[in-house]
Amino acid sequence: MLEIKNLNVFYGGIHALKDISLKVNSGEIVTLIGSNGSGKTTTLRTISGLEKAKSGEILYENQNIVGIQASDIVKMGISHVPEGRRIFGTMSVLENLEIGAYARTDKENIKKDIKKVFELFPILYERRSQNAINLSGGEQQMLAIGRALLSRPKLLLLDEPSMGLAPMIVKEIFEIIKNINNSGTTIMLVEQNAKMALLNADRAYIIKNGRIELEGKANDLLNNELVKKAYLGG
Amino acid sequence: MEHFIQQIVNGISLGSIYALMALGYTMVYGIIKLINFAHGEIYMVGAYIGYALTTFFNFGFFPALILSMILTSLLGVVIEKVAYKPMRNSTRIAALITAIAVSMFLQYGMMYFVTPQTRSYPNILPDIQVSLFGTNAVVDIRNIYILTVTIVLMLLLQYVIHKTKTGKAMRAVALDGDASQLMGIDMNKTISYTFAIGSALAGAAGVLVGIYYNTINPLMGAVPGLKAFIAAVIGGIGVIPGAVFGGFFLGVTETVVSALGGSLYKDAVAFAILILVLLIKPNGIFGSNQREKV
Repeated sequence: MLEIKNLNVFYGGIHALKDISLKVNSGEIVTLIGSNGSGKTTTLRTISGLEKAKSGEILYENQNIVGIQASDIVKMGISHVPEGRRIFGTMSVLENLEIGAYARTDKENIKKDIKKVFELFPILYERRSQNAINLSGGEQQMLAIGRALLSRPKLLLLDEPSMGLAPMIVKEIFEIIKNINNSGTTIMLVEQNAKMALLNADRAYIIKNGRIELEGKANDLLNNELVKKAYLGG
Repeated sequence: MEHFIQQIVNGISLGSIYALMALGYTMVYGIIKLINFAHGEIYMVGAYIGYALTTFFNFGFFPALILSMILTSLLGVVIEKVAYKPMRNSTRIAALITAIAVSMFLQYGMMYFVTPQTRSYPNILPDIQVSLFGTNAVVDIRNIYILTVTIVLMLLLQYVIHKTKTGKAMRAVALDGDASQLMGIDMNKTISYTFAIGSALAGAAGVLVGIYYNTINPLMGAVPGLKAFIAAVIGGIGVIPGAVFGGFFLGVTETVVSALGGSLYKDAVAFAILILVLLIKPNGIFGSNQREKV
């Protein structure tokens, strides 16, 4: 579904991504793991068109999407939940969701999809007319995911969905991610919480200083000594 | 007392003009964080278009107002595309200097075409005056037109911003540009709409001021432009209700100061208020202290 070939990206004069190649197959959960500043976020931002690639290809459904502007990439079926959630704070929960469906014109189906999001996250329904900034961290993450789902993505890019959340909530968020995947959406997940990510993903890539260091099945990496030492805390 | 009521009436009319212009400043600032110093010149061009339409083509008030708004909105969009868009990724000071350049270009470009001479608007509204509460304070039909047009435009703006898809996109881009693009919002289009709407409001203010004060000239936009900017800052730049409040507040304050015998100081008072607001509440009266939530 998505294939990145020899991607190079410069970010404020820094060579942030060095010849990165990776692949996401349809139906998978693929995770990209690495420490702070390793290039995880830049990878997602380049896929969704927010950063420009210096060289390399990003093939999505066999079409090179490098150079297409972000607002058009959404319409092709890639939805990106950005790092830090980036919800529209002074707009209501419902308005946030409506904006999520901005690229669509099928009004009736949008209403149905918003209903579905409310079924997935009942707490959002309760708070639908509140300003998004007043939600708790976990609720904001749910809103960010719900908002991204409203563009009806085939591929969902998640950037650190567990950031700043209590362990209980992290569990809940990962269950939701699993559910979304089971209903047919391919997921690419960027995480610092390597354990949670590996437990839930099918395959994984490990990125360090802008290079892919290791790749493999999530289960195998979970038992890999090197990974254990560097990312799983022993 | 009569005198006071009369000044309030005049102040509200002046305030309407400031408020209409302040809205444009605040909307453009909200979306691209640029103080559009050419905004006062768009108002001036609006006044000239209204003048040309009523004088040479015998348009009535409303057709002239509407056509002038359409043409100034186009002017705003063109200015953004030609002058500001190429500067979008450069420093803010560079964009600001560009805005000042556009302002002067329009002032002196206009002077070249229409000469610096002052012109008078024809009388296109009937001469009706109503006295207020049986006193000698009078409300001219012009006061009523200005206030009504302003209120209608503000309600329209409120509707567009809160109920339409484009309006929601404008608010989203103002809050978070990157996140908006991830929702499929086309930044360029949304910025163009913002300039179109803001400039149309300035164009309307130009026609209204021509009808109210009768005289127009190519440099007429400079001082009211600054005043409207002050109004926007007083209310909280980027905040729409703040711009409306700031406009009316400044208009009424200025006329009251003039009425109390300080007409020479009215500009000084406006700037003094600005300094006070900046000292006490730098985000403006309606501005919130934005704290980033991590």
